[in-house]
Amino acid sequence: MEPVVEVRGLVNRFGGQVVHDGLDMRVDADEVFGIVGGSGAGKSVLLRTILGLQRPSAGTVLIHGSDITRLSEAQLRPIKARYGVAFQEGALYSGLTVLQNVQLPMLEYLKLPTDALDGLARLKIRLVGLPEDAAGKYPAQLSGGMVKRAAVARALALDPTLLFLDEPTSGLDPVSAAAFDDLVLYLQQHLKLTIVMITHDLDSIFRTCNRVGVIVDKRMESDTLERIVDHPNPWIQAYFHGERARARLAATHGANHGA
Amino acid sequence: MSATDSNTHAVEVRRTARGLELELTGEWGVREVAALEAALGAVDVASVPVITLATAGISGLDLSGAWVLRAFVQRARRAGAEIAFADPPPDQLRLVEQTLAGPAAAPAEPGIRAGPEEPGGRALIAIGRYAVRTGHDLVGGLAFLGRTLITFAASLAHPRRLRPVSVVRHVYDTGITAMPIVALIAFLISVIIAYMSAQQLRGLGADIYVVDLVAIGVLRELGVLLTAVIVAGRSGSAFAAELGSMKLNQEVDALIATGVDPYEMLVVPRVLGLVIALPLLTIIADLIGLSGGALLCRYLLDMPLSQYVNRVNYALADTTFWVGIIKAPVFALLIALAGCYRGMQVRGSARELGHLVTVAVVQAIFLVILADALFAVLFMRMDI
Repeated sequence: MEPVVEVRGLVNRFGGQVVHDGLDMRVDADEVFGIVGGSGAGKSVLLRTILGLQRPSAGTVLIHGSDITRLSEAQLRPIKARYGVAFQEGALYSGLTVLQNVQLPMLEYLKLPTDALDGLARLKIRLVGLPEDAAGKYPAQLSGGMVKRAAVARALALDPTLLFLDEPTSGLDPVSAAAFDDLVLYLQQHLKLTIVMITHDLDSIFRTCNRVGVIVDKRMESDTLERIVDHPNPWIQAYFHGERARARLAATHGANHGA
Repeated sequence: MSATDSNTHAVEVRRTARGLELELTGEWGVREVAALEAALGAVDVASVPVITLATAGISGLDLSGAWVLRAFVQRARRAGAEIAFADPPPDQLRLVEQTLAGPAAAPAEPGIRAGPEEPGGRALIAIGRYAVRTGHDLVGGLAFLGRTLITFAASLAHPRRLRPVSVVRHVYDTGITAMPIVALIAFLISVIIAYMSAQQLRGLGADIYVVDLVAIGVLRELGVLLTAVIVAGRSGSAFAAELGSMKLNQEVDALIATGVDPYEMLVVPRVLGLVIALPLLTIIADLIGLSGGALLCRYLLDMPLSQYVNRVNYALADTTFWVGIIKAPVFALLIALAGCYRGMQVRGSARELGHLVTVAVVQAIFLVILADALFAVLFMRMDI
């Protein structure tokens, strides 16, 4: 089957600084793919490259089979309509209410009567677990967790099949973060989404991801979650077997064996 | 996309003994919502006992498509029809039901709702609101002035807390970098006055008074006023935008949390910097204005430079220059306060930032002109 997102031989260079040097990545349909890496390893640069926000120095980025590094802005539009992005801080338009934020992509891409616009936006707001009265609020009036959910609602406005999440649980308390992980799983299962997620959060990774790509030494090592934890690379070992990770790993394995 | 063109929508209606049978086919994705709504809207559900839905022919059903279907189902049920499914109902429809039902689906519609209509009272309410808001604004502005002055006075005892480095930066930003534009405007103003007055006075043979008009006009009024207007546009907006975006970034909160008074760190240096810079700019404007007058008199009226200088000396009273320059620090205070006050009011959104920057500039210019008018009356009373 054709991969949903495929990155081949990606090189990103800023002046003399090389961020990625021959990075490969592949995301298949219906999986939750986690991107992990140390601070400054180039997770955000990778995401920005995949989203077409910056051109790579070399390499190709294929989304649904078309190489977005060679497409013009106009040619990118239909591709962009098929994926949604929830940025780290939400990036909600601060001058618009949550409802208007969700409606903005619809207004941009679809021609809809007002009540359909309203109904569909409210459906998306409810879908991500926000209360009805959040629709009329401005982003500044929302809590951190609600902002992230509203960002997901906006990302789902056009019923995409591919969803990008940039550190969705950062800055959330553990309870909200766990609830957000549940939301990710719920959406993935019910909407049959492919999800690409940048995260630091070990709990999130173990709970939601099928496969994980770790950026080490300017490249990516990716494998299923069960196998990546045994990868010999020292950073990956430190990440998955450090003090903070060990308890989590034990709990997950225990649960798996017990089941 | 091609789906829209090739899509053979989407609803086929057949009458049966029990009621209607709808066969749904084609693409049912978010891009087809408008067409699907139209197709289902055309189905007359009045007094139909049973509506049977055959959904097996649907392809590409997503949440938006399912939402349209659900809206139709609800409409039919409200009209008294019973809904039956020929095939198992699609998962997406169930998901939409599940999402929109549930306890949180309160019927109350919050958000912006107009209050109870009061006939004829709307304008009155608006005026009242405006008056109250203006009152609050006035009090808030005075409080801001007071707090700035108190902070300034408190820092006088400890000169380091006046943040000399910061003050110098603001003198540079608001003063030095404004010199070219201020000089250009001053020159053009003197040209305008000289031309206008020369045209009028030549007929009377009173050419020499052109010099009086230029010298007194520039030194007393126009030099300082136009400099202040330019600075209000340049620096008043910059103050409001800087402080406003710092508020949005929580930088101001971070200062307060660190125990630093944002008035001491941000407001006082700006006010002080501008109070120093504006008089200096005014002196430059005066100089350029007088030079421009000399140039014009030389070429427009064939007046030698020595005669121009003599006439300027004769026309100017001892107080003329000071009457102009004394206004500069007052104008500077008003501009800086308007900019900083509005900047510190920003909370929440980028739109508010834009709005308050606009308000800051408009109010700064208004306050400058109002103060100038008060000065004019005051100086006339004082007979200078």
